[in-house]
Amino acid sequence: MVEKRPGFTLVAHLVLILGVALVALPVWITFVGASHDAGRMLQAPIPMWPGDQFLENLRQTFFGRGLEGSRTAPVWMMMFNSLVMAMMIAVGKIVISLLSAFAIVYFKFPFRMGFFWMIFITLMLPVEVRILPTFEVVADLRMLNSYWGLTVPLIASATATFMFRQVFLTIPDEMLESARIDGAGPMRFFWDILLPLSRTNIAALFVILFIYGWNQYLWPLLITTDANMMTIVVSIKQMLEAAESTPRWNIIMMTALLAMLPPIVVVITMQKLFVKGLTETDK
Amino acid sequence: MAEIKLDSLIKSYGPDQVLHHVHADIEDGEFVVIVGPSGCGKSTLLRMIAGLEGITSGEVSIGGKVVNGLEPADRDIAMVFQNYALYPHMSVRQNMAYGLKIRGLPKAEIDRRVQEAAEILEIGAFLDRKPRQLSGGQRQRVAMGRAIVRDPQVFLFDEPLSNLDAKLRVQMRLEIRKLQKRLGVTSIFVTHDQVEAMTLGDRLMVLNGGVVEQFGTPIELYDRPETVFVAGFIGSPAMNFLPATAEGGVVTLDNGASLPGAGGVSGPVTFGVRPEHLVPDAQGPIRVQVQVFEALGANTLVHGVLEGTGTELVVSLPGHETPAPGDVLHYAAPSEHHHLFDAESGARIAP
Repeated sequence: MVEKRPGFTLVAHLVLILGVALVALPVWITFVGASHDAGRMLQAPIPMWPGDQFLENLRQTFFGRGLEGSRTAPVWMMMFNSLVMAMMIAVGKIVISLLSAFAIVYFKFPFRMGFFWMIFITLMLPVEVRILPTFEVVADLRMLNSYWGLTVPLIASATATFMFRQVFLTIPDEMLESARIDGAGPMRFFWDILLPLSRTNIAALFVILFIYGWNQYLWPLLITTDANMMTIVVSIKQMLEAAESTPRWNIIMMTALLAMLPPIVVVITMQKLFVKGLTETDK
Repeated sequence: MAEIKLDSLIKSYGPDQVLHHVHADIEDGEFVVIVGPSGCGKSTLLRMIAGLEGITSGEVSIGGKVVNGLEPADRDIAMVFQNYALYPHMSVRQNMAYGLKIRGLPKAEIDRRVQEAAEILEIGAFLDRKPRQLSGGQRQRVAMGRAIVRDPQVFLFDEPLSNLDAKLRVQMRLEIRKLQKRLGVTSIFVTHDQVEAMTLGDRLMVLNGGVVEQFGTPIELYDRPETVFVAGFIGSPAMNFLPATAEGGVVTLDNGASLPGAGGVSGPVTFGVRPEHLVPDAQGPIRVQVQVFEALGANTLVHGVLEGTGTELVVSLPGHETPAPGDVLHYAAPSEHHHLFDAESGARIAP
């Protein structure tokens, strides 16, 4: 829509600025909260401008044990746990769904469409629905309190399989035929042709899946009883419930800030590929 | 030696048979063009030779060896696709080298071959570019280069010129022809364009509805088409077909005009004569009522109907003629240019 009236531009900007403020305000408060000492954060009204304790809070939070009295691991360790979990989920999902999409698109085997639909239907079953049986399986496999337990049940992905299938379908058949005449076997074709051609889609999916993995809450909460395996997203909630003391908002806010950081870094570094992967259709 | 033998090839998709008993013996170094309207099975035939399409029954042999069970890579062929099918993420050099790399050729040998092909095709200047940075004609050359470096026994072309503009198409056509003669590699070229077919091929195979209508040199096909289909397909503008009756050595057209020269034939026939073979003649038996004309400069195409009937007719006249619509022009058709076909089966019956 191309509108040239100044009044319209003004209204549009106002709406957009309001939207930005709405999104940014909680982040700002988190940032402000992370820059005051514990005492200031308990007085009303809560401060709206940053204080001078930011670095001190950062030091305490990152290297300290987070909160005294709570049974949490050091924050850097929980960030590491979260990072490992998010990476394992993102990479694992991509690898598995690339291979299953490859099988479904390029190979003829009995019940091919049947398998495709089976995968597709699991789209409708999020972790929360199958959480009890999955917990039982993971417990029986003795994967509680391990990275495998954190990631394996979340790794199969119908969405990604479906997306790669669509990507592969846009690659002209001649590409496969050309590769066959060049003497490339199936895995060679996959490695040399399909992977490079899906590069941008892989990047886009990585961003989405990394954030999905990083933000996991319910599942890590259930299967990690050992404080050393706790993820940062879960720990924020734990800190609030730290027994027998008032919540130390400065530390909690700092933890929340730190928890926001890795997804932001991933989005910013992969932004270009991400946009390309979602918009590019030319193969 | 790389002669190709097709022996009673049949292709079916389920109950639908799309190719019926195709036979052909293609000699070493020959350039054969498979031509026909879309959906006639020409691409399917080529892909069966390439090994990209299964063979329902019959045999394909290349260089004396039956290749039915071989993978495309093991048939010693190279194929140029209509959309070129270049790998978009590889440079021109990598595109050309890919097949050789898979075969495990030493690096120096690959470089030598790529360099050589690049010189032949004059694409040396953009060996390190990606396909999307090239024009259509350049991509076409790269696709050819990819075929040449492999040094195959057979080149297969699947309508490689149809994505180019008209001028470039004519130019590439000549180049492909020259290249093929120079390399002496047996080639099969599929097209729906009869001019392309006529100019490229040593021999043409005309396919229609999965049946080989005729297999011969371009001049044979032009001078002695074996069926109405071939007669109408080869030559531009297309041959005129006039319903007629043959009786006692005379052909009588629908409007009563009669021509001599149909010995030993009787019954309903289709009389065929090419537009360029009709000559103006005041006493000529073929009277054409003019509708429109097209002045092409070198010649003039007169479109009209056979006087007294609705049968459309085209006449090609040298030079600039400006007949008025409604005029009736008289033409004669020299008997050596007559074609008589059976009215029902479409098969040639005389001369």
